Amino acid sequence: MIDWMKYRLMYLIISTLVIGAGVFSLFKWGLNLGVDFKGGAIIEYRLAKSYSTEELTQGIEKTGIAVTSIQQTEGSNYIFRFPPIEQAQKEQIKQGLEKITNNSVTELRFENVGPSIGPDLVKKTIIALIISASSILLWVAYQFKNLKFGVTAIIGMFHDSLVLIGSFSLLGHFFGAEIDFLFVTALLTILSFSVHDTIVNYDRIRESQKKVGGDLKFLANKATSETMVRSLNNSFTIIFMLMALVLLGGTTVKWFAIALLVGTVSGTYSSPFVSVSLLVTWDEIEKKLKRR
Amino acid sequence: MFHLSPPAKKLLLILFLTIVCLFISLPQNIPFKIKTLGIKIDRTFVRPNLDLKIGRLEIKKNFDLILGLDLAGGSHLVFEADTSKIPAEKVKDAIESVRNVIEKRVNLFGVSEPVVQTSSFEGKNRIVVELPGIKDTQKAAALIGKTAQLVFAEVEGASASAKLKPTTLTGADLITARVEFDQTSGKPGVGIEFNKEGDTKFAALTEKNVGKPLAILLDGEVVSAPIVQEKIIGGKAQISGSFTTDEAKSLTIQLNAGALSLPIKLVEERTVGATLGAESVQRSVKAGLVGLAMVLLFMLLTYGGLGLVADIGLVVFAIITLALYKLIPVVLTLPGIAGFLLSVGMAVDSNILIFERFKEERGRRPVADALEISFGRAWDSIRDANIATLLTAFILANPFEWNFLNTSGPVRGFAITLALGIGISLFTGIVVSRNLLRVFVKEKKK
Repeated sequence: MIDWMKYRLMYLIISTLVIGAGVFSLFKWGLNLGVDFKGGAIIEYRLAKSYSTEELTQGIEKTGIAVTSIQQTEGSNYIFRFPPIEQAQKEQIKQGLEKITNNSVTELRFENVGPSIGPDLVKKTIIALIISASSILLWVAYQFKNLKFGVTAIIGMFHDSLVLIGSFSLLGHFFGAEIDFLFVTALLTILSFSVHDTIVNYDRIRESQKKVGGDLKFLANKATSETMVRSLNNSFTIIFMLMALVLLGGTTVKWFAIALLVGTVSGTYSSPFVSVSLLVTWDEIEKKLKRR
Repeated sequence: MFHLSPPAKKLLLILFLTIVCLFISLPQNIPFKIKTLGIKIDRTFVRPNLDLKIGRLEIKKNFDLILGLDLAGGSHLVFEADTSKIPAEKVKDAIESVRNVIEKRVNLFGVSEPVVQTSSFEGKNRIVVELPGIKDTQKAAALIGKTAQLVFAEVEGASASAKLKPTTLTGADLITARVEFDQTSGKPGVGIEFNKEGDTKFAALTEKNVGKPLAILLDGEVVSAPIVQEKIIGGKAQISGSFTTDEAKSLTIQLNAGALSLPIKLVEERTVGATLGAESVQRSVKAGLVGLAMVLLFMLLTYGGLGLVADIGLVVFAIITLALYKLIPVVLTLPGIAGFLLSVGMAVDSNILIFERFKEERGRRPVADALEISFGRAWDSIRDANIATLLTAFILANPFEWNFLNTSGPVRGFAITLALGIGISLFTGIVVSRNLLRVFVKEKKK
């Protein structure tokens, strides 16, 4: 049996580094908020052939409308971002592009979100997070009827949320990943994925506690050995599906799938190496205090 | 006599269920072409629609997948109502009336299956309008967003210092409005017909203003101000301004549906063209098939024969899930497809959990017993672990339309497919593979 719990310091260092990088990025660059939160317009056009972003920017800015960014996605599809616009301005933008492309502009998608939507979404997101986290907390507490198990499972959940938010701050800064309502959806889903593996592991600990007995460190090692293959294999199948979606699913769901992917990996890692490790450490400290 | 063991009977039942689901899951038209060895077959299998009549009960189902706006193409519009000028206790009724008028307008515009909903959050009142398959969103938004308050006004004083004095004759006094073309100029205008009360008012108004202009105001702006020649009875009038035919048509729709009791403003628009939607569907199907193939292969390589059982369970899972999407029906969105794919990845979890347990137990007891024990023990873990995900799915789907939570079609689609996936995977992962294994293991014993 592998002594998983011997390397707790290493797990702590890994988690600290990953979360540290994310938190650093959060303070330095913040989050790259999408139109859902910030307001603004996105128009995706398909043009007959590729153009440089300078050409396209000039074409639109001639009409007197400022472009926030232009991004070529695949083939000759382009995503244009603007501050919130009026219906008439949308026509002007199209006409501006038609001038440089000889009328070969197909509109694929248009999103225009006014500034009043974002603040509401933020509030509703926070409410949803509070309800999810506390109902999962209640469920875990009810399941284990034990403070130590419950609290460490929830710390694992916060660990995964921080990893996801931090990594999206980095991905946002370097690769333009945006925080939109799909990201929020992924975040909420990850909360539950995170406790999924932890519950399976803790179930094993409690089962062995009744049958075999022994100190918690031994039981945790046993349970982790027993659940490791399952946990990895299950994550692999989820990762296969998500990777297929990231690579083949198109731009609209790419970042959503990546967010779920980051969360799945972090959730698999955090169950034994954050939650269970903390559980064992807590138990050891408690024992030391009692001895004195 | 032919005797079947209970697990075998259950398997037959599952097989039957799967075939029924497969029938529902398949697309309606399946082209079938063979051209080898001199045999030429070229025909299309068409699945008949369900059309049952049992007494008075009529069951009609065509088993089509219902695609959301992001896949079928369409517009999602959010309007915000300005309630600052009415007392708080009247807001609710006013919003409801706005909703009804918008619904009428959208129906008259000719959109099939529109959705018009209200939502209020922290004193902001919004009306969400979903228009599937619409091409000219700009026109639709303009049509919906206009207050369309029609008022007749008397003109007092000479033309330079003319004052408009609104009368009580308004758009509310109309029975109907229609597009009419002026007989002399051929220009489009809007012919209106008053109800009885409107007729009386109009007759009195025209009588009083013979030789003077009578202004017709739409949302406070003069559309036209014809000179009254004589008292008009019979309750008919024509509004001729400088309309295009489209504008005249929009105005008739607005007048027929009634004016909005509150001014509204477009605050959010999301439109997806049908081309992008169709491409998204193709991409998702490809991603799904590639992912599924990888999972099937992985299970086979990792668990051998047991993996094959899990694979059969997974295929049954996919078939039943698709059939349920069509039966319920679930509105499929792009994130919804992601939820489905995610649930495919999660569906084998219960099998993996059981098989790993089985590996441990096999050394300790006979194979058949080890199998039963593994299923029994693993079930508790699987149930406990999945409840957290179901809780989250519930919050994301917001089935009771709670105003303090976000309601978004795509996110709801994701939550529903994820929750359904978990539910069905519990069935296929436990019931289907358990019975398959029971039958196989018994065969081996003999």
